[in-house]
Amino acid sequence: MPCPRRTTRGSEAAGLGLQLQQRRSGTVSVSVSVSVLVVSVAVLGCCLLPLGAASSPSHNRDTSENHQKSGHGGTQPTNHTKKPFPVLSFDYKHVKQPFEIFLWVLLASLMKLGFHMMPRLSSIVPESCLLIVVGLLVGGIISLVGEKPPVLDSHVFFLYLLPPIILDAGYFLPIRPFTENIGTILIFAVVGTLWNAFFIGGVLYGVCQIEGTNLHTVTLLPCLLFGSIISAVDPVAVLAVFEEIHINELLHILVFGESLLNDAVTVVLYHLFEEYAGVGTVTVIDVFLGIVSFLVVSLGGVMVGAIYGVLAAFTSRFTAHARVIEPLFVFVYSYMAYLSAEVFHLSGIMALIACGAIMRPYVEANISHKSHTTIKYFLKMSSSVSETLIFIFLGVSTVAGSHRWNWTFVVVTIILCMVARVLGVIGLTHVINKFRIVKLTTKDQFIIAYGGLRGAIAFSLGFLLDSNRFPMRDMFLTAIITVIFFTVFVQGMTIRPLVDLLAVKKKQETKRSINEEIHTQFLDHLLTGIEDICGHYGHHHWKDKLNRFNKKYVKKCLIVGERSKEPQLIAFYHKMEMKQAIELVESGGGVKLPSAMPSTVSMQNIQPKKTPSERALPQISKSREEEIRKILRTNLQKTRQRLQSYNRHTLMADPYEDGWNEILIKKKKMIEFEKRISQMNNYLTVPAPPPDSPTIARARLASDPQAWSIKPAADAGTIPSIKVDLASPQTPDSVSMVDEFGKPASRVPREPEDEEEGLMMRPPLGEKGEKEEQEEGKEQQRLLRCLSDPGPAVAEEEEDEPFLP
Amino acid sequence: MGAFHSVPDDHQYRILSEKTGFSLEQTEILHNRFKQLSHNSDVLRRDDLNTIPDLACNPIRSQIVEAFFDRRNFQKDGNGPVQEIGFEEFLIVMSYFRPPSVHMTEEQREELRRAKLRCKNASTILKVLFNMHDTDNDGTITLEEYRHVVEELLSRSGSLGKETAKGIADAAMLEVASMSMGRMGPDEFYAGITFEHFLKILKGIEIETRMHIRFLNMDTTLLCK
Repeated sequence: MPCPRRTTRGSEAAGLGLQLQQRRSGTVSVSVSVSVLVVSVAVLGCCLLPLGAASSPSHNRDTSENHQKSGHGGTQPTNHTKKPFPVLSFDYKHVKQPFEIFLWVLLASLMKLGFHMMPRLSSIVPESCLLIVVGLLVGGIISLVGEKPPVLDSHVFFLYLLPPIILDAGYFLPIRPFTENIGTILIFAVVGTLWNAFFIGGVLYGVCQIEGTNLHTVTLLPCLLFGSIISAVDPVAVLAVFEEIHINELLHILVFGESLLNDAVTVVLYHLFEEYAGVGTVTVIDVFLGIVSFLVVSLGGVMVGAIYGVLAAFTSRFTAHARVIEPLFVFVYSYMAYLSAEVFHLSGIMALIACGAIMRPYVEANISHKSHTTIKYFLKMSSSVSETLIFIFLGVSTVAGSHRWNWTFVVVTIILCMVARVLGVIGLTHVINKFRIVKLTTKDQFIIAYGGLRGAIAFSLGFLLDSNRFPMRDMFLTAIITVIFFTVFVQGMTIRPLVDLLAVKKKQETKRSINEEIHTQFLDHLLTGIEDICGHYGHHHWKDKLNRFNKKYVKKCLIVGERSKEPQLIAFYHKMEMKQAIELVESGGGVKLPSAMPSTVSMQNIQPKKTPSERALPQISKSREEEIRKILRTNLQKTRQRLQSYNRHTLMADPYEDGWNEILIKKKKMIEFEKRISQMNNYLTVPAPPPDSPTIARARLASDPQAWSIKPAADAGTIPSIKVDLASPQTPDSVSMVDEFGKPASRVPREPEDEEEGLMMRPPLGEKGEKEEQEEGKEQQRLLRCLSDPGPAVAEEEEDEPFLP
Repeated sequence: MGAFHSVPDDHQYRILSEKTGFSLEQTEILHNRFKQLSHNSDVLRRDDLNTIPDLACNPIRSQIVEAFFDRRNFQKDGNGPVQEIGFEEFLIVMSYFRPPSVHMTEEQREELRRAKLRCKNASTILKVLFNMHDTDNDGTITLEEYRHVVEELLSRSGSLGKETAKGIADAAMLEVASMSMGRMGPDEFYAGITFEHFLKILKGIEIETRMHIRFLNMDTTLLCK
């Protein structure tokens, strides 16, 4: 196809060179400035230009495809001018903006990569500090070269860099601890931030009035404005530091939740003071309007977020036929929520949090497992890139911005920030602890106070100030940057040793176990029940009501199909089962089939003696298991190969998902099958078998629970297949199974005690068994366990041989 | 024992309040509720609790009710179910769910959290929970009992729950067995969850700090059905 834009090809080729060069320089030296890059790239591009022009006609290095293209280009009839056709041209301007953007992204990502290669450094210094240092270096080099380094543009920050981080935080918000502590979080976020803003602003104004500070021009309202900017704890900084120190869930959610929810307060205070700073006076009505505005901004933000969240959940109901775009809805709806909230100057952060948190349970029930993984990775990736960029740009902007350093102002600000934070936390905890069941200890208070990091939001808000109306803007910015650096560097670096020193409880890294899930649920119902018996409607009661409402109406509307009726516990179980199934299909090694528990304890160990019939999972011998796994694997590979024809709109025949569905179906069949075996078992044991028959019975019985027939040839076409043979156990089929596998691994090892148990098969059911187990059912169970047991090791199978009839 | 007259005097309240840790107001409120539930009689029967309308849709209602009529929970010797309980027993069972007292300093609280909460509260509270599962009082939660728990828990979710309950209980039991026993030979039998194992598996969710409800100092019983 002839290319319509003739000039682009040249720049494409140049672009290739550029990218190469840029990648090279990126890996060689970490702190290469972008402008240097751009310059060198331009030089290289110029060098490439004649080279490319020379090489293209000679066809020396070009591929035949390339050659064909240029041939087409030559014969194009629209080419009217007689000038020789420029085979390669240079047009950097054309790509300048996206190119530079992605150069920054690349730089940021490479930096991140680099830090993780130096584990010793990253264990001492938080990543955010290192990134700021890199930003400082890059900014320094850029200004050394003579270019003007870019500044963290508030517009870009609020519209593009912040939302991914907040969405990530909101979507993966740990709902339970968040709602359990919502009161504390709100008090810290609202009252705490207000206190900080007014305390810092007020005292700062007082300091400014002291003679000899050269700060007489600063009036009260700008001081308060500054106070409101500097008082807000920053979610980006908090996330960056707290994720590294792995603090316990409670403290994490308290500090992090505060940093998210104080946004509304900050927004309102900021607009309020900015508005009135020019006028100079604030009346009572203005204060009242401010309070109303706060309610509107915060609740409005939540409302907007909730609406979009419900819409997203509702949309995900119908995406079953277009799985590929499923993840997109999550991102787009959330971003729309953020933008819609920003349109009305509502709290965009709260909108995003509400949107993410509301949509998640429903969306997750609707979308496929793959889409879920995609969402997870995309959110993590984008937020991580944003975060890196923000910190790098903070460093660069420090170099770039115009500064006015005033010792008094800066030092007083830092001290005030710390004092206000500590006083605020102590005072508020004192009040909060009266209402909390789990009290906040002194240590907790210390970490909460110490974790109050300031960050890029404060900087961007300060940057937004109009320097005409606020002549002291530069000084403010300098102070803000200093506070940010102080909190991120000093507090961020020392918080980890302090956490260790104080022995603050850390987060448990273990995965949630099914027992914990069962008991969490049990506890919820129990506490609700106790509250009902006590006869007062407490928080558990209302939560229960809400849950019931959710189950009864909301889930029906927002979740498609069967899953809407699924209780939480079952959903959790299915998730766990699925994880195991996927692990099973993927790993193929070390995982026990089919229970996939990473342990050697199996179903038979926990089986009650009374009910031998209801064993959920069959036991499979090691060798057979290996065989099945091998077939599974080869089948999977075949499927993968077949799937290679790429379709843009569907990701049909997902091998893992189908594989896992199949496994589940198999499992269900197995359970039914087990029941039948148990019936058979009863039949077999009740009539007295002849004295020498046990072995036969045993061989037959033993093979039955594992009657997995494997049909490699026939099933080559289908997805990983473990075919469960549902043929009646008594048919010759099952016996032939044993033959088929030449050496039946399932044969009972003839160790002395096993022999004894084997003998118990005989009708008199010897006294020996009686003394161990009282009930007949128990014996049966033990028997079955012994029979169906694969036997300890392969080596022992060899020993069996002579005993076989 | 525990047979109260319908209008107990202040002295009796005080004894009970000291014994259970409830404040006088709370004791009085709970007594009012007790009378309301027992229709002004001195003893409470199972039916009185079973007929609380709010409790009707609680999936584990029978277990909750049973906990009030379980002798093991009365801080006295003996076991087995009883038919009726007096106010004292009612209060004792309730006191397991009482949050630790507010009136103490930070250090005391910290100490308490370490020492007392770990051994006294944690184990008694968890013991109550354990007893709710261990219906036959043999010191272990067998698979059968565990299945029953899960089935109850899912009893409000229709047929879907019944099918899965078994699988969930089995998986959970398997998890406990593998956590507490490590490796097991094919012939060994894991009889059930003992109390130590029970503590172990629930360590992760810090149940002792969660298993509390707020007891009001204000009488709201009239608002409730």
